[in-house]
Amino acid sequence: MRQLSVCDLAVERGGRPILADLSFTLRSRELLLVTGRNGAGKSTLLRAIAGLLPHVAGTISIDPADGPVGEHAHYFGHLDGLKSSLTVADNLALWTRIAGAPGVDIIAALEEVGLDHLDDLPAAYLSAGQRRRVGLARLLLVRRPLWLLDEPTSALDAEAEATFGDLLAAHLARGGLAIAATHRPMPVPATATLALEAR
Amino acid sequence: MGFFLALIGRTARLSLGAGGGAFTGLVFFLSVVSVVPFGVGPDMPLLARIGPAMLWIAALLATLLGLDRLFQDDRDDGTLDQLILSGLPLELVVLAKATGHWLATGLPLVIGTPVFGLILGLDGTAIGLVTLTLLLGTPALTFIGAIGAALITALRRGGLLVAVLVLPFTIPVLIFGVSTVSAATTDGPSIATPLLILVALSLASAVIGPIAGAAAIRAALD
Repeated sequence: MRQLSVCDLAVERGGRPILADLSFTLRSRELLLVTGRNGAGKSTLLRAIAGLLPHVAGTISIDPADGPVGEHAHYFGHLDGLKSSLTVADNLALWTRIAGAPGVDIIAALEEVGLDHLDDLPAAYLSAGQRRRVGLARLLLVRRPLWLLDEPTSALDAEAEATFGDLLAAHLARGGLAIAATHRPMPVPATATLALEAR
Repeated sequence: MGFFLALIGRTARLSLGAGGGAFTGLVFFLSVVSVVPFGVGPDMPLLARIGPAMLWIAALLATLLGLDRLFQDDRDDGTLDQLILSGLPLELVVLAKATGHWLATGLPLVIGTPVFGLILGLDGTAIGLVTLTLLLGTPALTFIGAIGAALITALRRGGLLVAVLVLPFTIPVLIFGVSTVSAATTDGPSIATPLLILVALSLASAVIGPIAGAAAIRAALD
C-alpha cells in the first residue's frame, strides 16, 4: 500500500503564484483526475510533484519509499524525448539500463502498445500518435509506482486509447498510483477529481 | 553504472550522427589549420614554430563549436526531464554527456592531429607532443565547455554565446598545452611541469564541470 501526500503545496512561475494551499492524498489503485481551464496549473502541478519544478511551500512525499518522489514516478508529458536519428528500439534501449529496471524486453513493451513491427524504424518517421505510443512503452520498461500523465490521450486514436486504458488499469491493479491532467474523458474511471481554478 | 555507460554511448552516437557532429568539427579544425599558411606566408621555420599553438587554438575552437546543443536538444525534446527523473545524480548525467561528447568530437581531433601537424611542417617530436597534449587537454576543454552549455540551456540562447562564456576559462589549458610542446623544443624547464599541470587541469575540470553544470541546469528548472 503506497500513499502520495501533497500538503499545502504552493508553486510560483515567473514570480506569479500558480498553485497555493493545495493538499490531497492518493493511495494505491487510485486515479486522480486533475481538471481546469488552460493555465489553471495542471501541468505545473504534475511537474512540481515530479520535482521538475521547485515549489515555494509545502511538502510532497511518497510512502513507503525513500528518495525524491521523482525517482518513483514516470512523467508522461507533451514532449516525448525521442531522438529522430535513433531507431524506436534504440530510443528505448537507454531506459532499460536504468537502475532497478526489471528485465522487460523492448519488443514485448512495443508489442503491448502495438508498435513491435516498427522497432527498427528511425523515430523521425513516426506519426504523432505513434510517438505517444513509444512514450507509453517507456512507462512499461521501468516499473514505477506513480504515473504522472499530462494529456495522456492526446493524439491517440480510438484503438490506442483503449490500449492505454488497459495499460493504466493494469498499472492501478498492480497497486500503482496515477494522476492525469486532461480535458477529455479518461478510458479508466477516476477515483477522485481535483478541479484547479485559474488565478 | 549500466545507465551511465549507456548514456555516454548514446551521446557519442547522437553527436556523431547529427549534422553538426564530429566530422564537421574535424573539417573546421582542418580549415583553420590550412588557412594559417596562407596568412603567414611560405615561411617554413616560422610555421613550424607557431604550428603547435595554431593546432591548439584550432582544437579549442572546434571543441567549443559543437557544444551549444549538448543540453539544449535534450531540453527541447523532453529528454532532460526523463534524465532528471532517471535517478542518476544530475552531476553524473552531465559527466556522462560531456564524456560522450568528447569521444565523438575531441577524440577525432586528437587522431587527426598528426596529419594536420604535417601541413604546418612540424617535426616528429612536436607532432607527437601536440597529439599527446591534445589527448590530455581536450577533455578539460569539453568539461569546462559543458558548464557553458548548461548555462545557455537556461537562457535559451545558443550558438556563439557558449564560446564567449567559456573561452576565457580555457586560457590556462591553452597556455600549459602549448608550453609543454615549446618546453621540448627550447632550452628551459622540463616538459614534466607543464604536462602535469595540464593533466591536473583536466582532472579538476572533470570534477568542477559536472558539479557546476548540474547546478546551472537545476537553477534553470521552471
